[in-house]
Amino acid sequence: MRKLPIAVALLGVAAAACGTSSGGGTQAGSSSAPAAGGAKPLAGVKIEVAAKWTGDEQANFEKVLKAFEAKTGASVTYASTGEDTGAYLGPRIEGGNPPDVAILPQPGLVQQYADQGALKPLSSQVQAQIDQNYTPYWKELGSAKGQVYGVLVKAAHKSLIWYRQSAFDDAGAQPATTWDDLVSKTAQTLSDSGTTPFALCAASGWTLTDLFENIYLSSAGPDNYDKLSKHEIPWTDASVTTALQKMAQVVGKKEFILGGPSGALQTDFPTCVTQVYGQKKAAMVIEADFVAASVPQSGAKVGEEAKIMPFPKVGDTAPVILGGDVAVVMKDSKGAQALLEYLASKEGGEVWAKQPGYLSPNRNVSPDNYPDDLTKQLAQTIISAGESVRYDMSDLAPSAFGGTDGKGEWKDLQDFLRTPTDVKGAQQKLEADAAKAFEK
Amino acid sequence: MTERLDGPQAPGGGDAAGEPPGPRETPPAGVTAPVAAAASATAAVPAEGAAPPRLGPSPRLAVMFLLPAVLLLAAWMIYPLVYSLVRSLFDASGSRFVGLGNYGSIFTDSSTLTTIRNNVIWVVVAPVVVTALGLIFAVLTERIRWATAFKLVLFMPMAVSLLAAGVIFRLVYEQDPDKGVANAIITTVHDTFSSSTGYPGARPRENDQAPATVQGGAVVAKQQAQPGRPVLIPLVGLSQDVVKDAAPAKAAPADGIGGTVWLDVVRGGGGTLNQVDPQEKGLAGITVEAVSGSTVKATTETADDGTFRFSGLPAGSYVIRLPQSNFTAPFNGVTWLGPALITPAIIGAYIWVWAGFAMVLIAAGLSAIPRDALEAARIDGATEWQVFRRITVPLLAPVLLVVFVTMVINVLKVFDLVFIIAPGSVQPQANVIALEMWRVSFGGGGNQGLGSALSIFLLLLVVPFMIFNIRRFRRDES
Repeated sequence: MRKLPIAVALLGVAAAACGTSSGGGTQAGSSSAPAAGGAKPLAGVKIEVAAKWTGDEQANFEKVLKAFEAKTGASVTYASTGEDTGAYLGPRIEGGNPPDVAILPQPGLVQQYADQGALKPLSSQVQAQIDQNYTPYWKELGSAKGQVYGVLVKAAHKSLIWYRQSAFDDAGAQPATTWDDLVSKTAQTLSDSGTTPFALCAASGWTLTDLFENIYLSSAGPDNYDKLSKHEIPWTDASVTTALQKMAQVVGKKEFILGGPSGALQTDFPTCVTQVYGQKKAAMVIEADFVAASVPQSGAKVGEEAKIMPFPKVGDTAPVILGGDVAVVMKDSKGAQALLEYLASKEGGEVWAKQPGYLSPNRNVSPDNYPDDLTKQLAQTIISAGESVRYDMSDLAPSAFGGTDGKGEWKDLQDFLRTPTDVKGAQQKLEADAAKAFEK
Repeated sequence: MTERLDGPQAPGGGDAAGEPPGPRETPPAGVTAPVAAAASATAAVPAEGAAPPRLGPSPRLAVMFLLPAVLLLAAWMIYPLVYSLVRSLFDASGSRFVGLGNYGSIFTDSSTLTTIRNNVIWVVVAPVVVTALGLIFAVLTERIRWATAFKLVLFMPMAVSLLAAGVIFRLVYEQDPDKGVANAIITTVHDTFSSSTGYPGARPRENDQAPATVQGGAVVAKQQAQPGRPVLIPLVGLSQDVVKDAAPAKAAPADGIGGTVWLDVVRGGGGTLNQVDPQEKGLAGITVEAVSGSTVKATTETADDGTFRFSGLPAGSYVIRLPQSNFTAPFNGVTWLGPALITPAIIGAYIWVWAGFAMVLIAAGLSAIPRDALEAARIDGATEWQVFRRITVPLLAPVLLVVFVTMVINVLKVFDLVFIIAPGSVQPQANVIALEMWRVSFGGGGNQGLGSALSIFLLLLVVPFMIFNIRRFRRDES
């Protein structure tokens, strides 16, 4: 879940663009009203939607809800669940009074609530929108036991490398498009010029899983990625060996990592961002779009001093990994299905896209809608990656393996950072932990 | 729970003969409640005789008075305890009975064994140190003016929540001397005696074309030095800021044995690799050795422009070496938050919090010691040390024991400091039973069976000390 402050993300980026207010919303609503046939089909219908967003994110989402209200005549109330969505929804489900629509921060919750029978299958209209705007992978991700329950409505882009422009200028380094160039040219040039290339937040285990996942998705391909996500191939597979060896090209070189492995292992997220942009001790940090939220605190400006390059391709294609929030229906009502249909549609996505701090996983939402260049660039990578976009693997695994401090994948990759030469040993530990977590 | 609710009530409504079972039910589980045990004993004893006339209130009234306490105890202590016990016999999902399997995995899983080992270290070290420090502080503060102010300062950490104390010490132990106080002190002391010299981080390029390589920490030129063939040793890995005031590098004159050591990097890129370019800076003050065989034949230093020259060296070919001392990295302090030192570091934080508490308790005991015993000893010619060892400590023993046992119990369930101070990557090395219990059950592990087993295990560890404490209280009372 820590991976999903996502959204807090690009706030800093485009705080300036906050002025759009509800004007944009009503405009979008009225322009589409004729399509709905003139009459407002949901007049008087009340819908409650719960999500974890607060502050600016909430305000931005409420603009989307306003546009929906203007279009359909329904009245939508928003309830904030706070950081722990499960803790908020659990009692309401028990009490038989869930919100009509909930937006869950993890796909794992979809599975869990579906098992409890707390979710309603999506209507055929919503599914039509999903088929039209999303690749089949996302449909499957929101499904449980053959039924479609959820749709990813907000994405975090995890295949990025942030760099400090001044460090690149001083060293004469260039952003890389392939992993080999990144290691042997970009990082080497930076290192030669006396700037440590990478700052790693290795004390936060998920930063390492994100790094591994990007390398793996690119080197082993989406099919293997899916299999490994479900533990259908073991972690001792040769494809994992390759990915870990590639990873060791960076993490195994002491002078490439600020403070060496021992220093990195004591660094929490977002301290590594500060080390790059605040203390100017390193040049690059490999993490998701939500780094943008920490950059201004270090006195750098996103887009000027703080720039991004897409994660370079390790194999044949560059990886695109998303995290994000999944919307589900919890009460069988016409309004709830209509809201989801709207959120999954191109129209709803574009209203939302005009707000800062939002990235849509919807492939039909044109990048031109985003208020800043950075988000446009991110959206472009999602669209061009098409079918091979994947969801964060560790978030799909049981949390004992993919989401616990000091356990499972987090721990094993941290141990790998300590002894990057022992690829075999790391694989065996990963496999043993995965086997334990997946059997339950 | 509801059964217990009904239990005492039913006899309460019936005749007097049915009463004893009600209150008597509590003692077996009431380990943690001496009050309840004592109360139920007094209630049960008169009922035992039945025949002699009753003293005190009627059983019905007694039950009424007992009921609130019994209910609360049952709800907050007994039910959770029993439920944990039962839960610990089931697997993660709670549906399959696994017997003692969870207890087995406590003692076979290596990560859980680490937590037990850490708990042992904690129990052995922390209570002893806290009690000893408390004693020392208490005895010393008795002698000074402003004792109250001193005690106040030492007691202050108790006013800080453990969570906040953890956050503070996380910063104290930070590796970077600019942030972590502990390392700031250590590096300052270290640097007053030996400061780092030369150019830490400078190194030759790592490829086959590079004219120099690293051998055992020293930089060695691949080309042998001969008169008339100057040796080029280009180095990289230094920030331009380090050499911004340095003179531009120059090629060494062709006569004699010599060469140039310089920073082969141009700001913004460019320049010819392994060639002295005009914008590139010389590295001054580097020790250069001329080695023949395995002996150092001559030593010199580079000039401002990075050139060096061996004068008076017999002609021949030499290996040119820049010894490691040129490149020693600055001392960066101690890795407090690394796997090796993490547990001692956290124990340090714990002592900081609790030493004041121990001091206050012991000081209270100290003021109750009869002065005449001390004075008698002094008049008999005992030294202060003898008085302390033979009189003060024995007389204080009961208080010391209380402090010690309280600390042992406290240490067994330590959680927050470990959770906050240890970075995620060393959590496995710093882990303790209470933290593992939480992690396994709620913090992502999702196995409340194993978690319950751990909690019961922890309870079993604490219980002997509890019983010991209760017995002592009883003895003191009688």
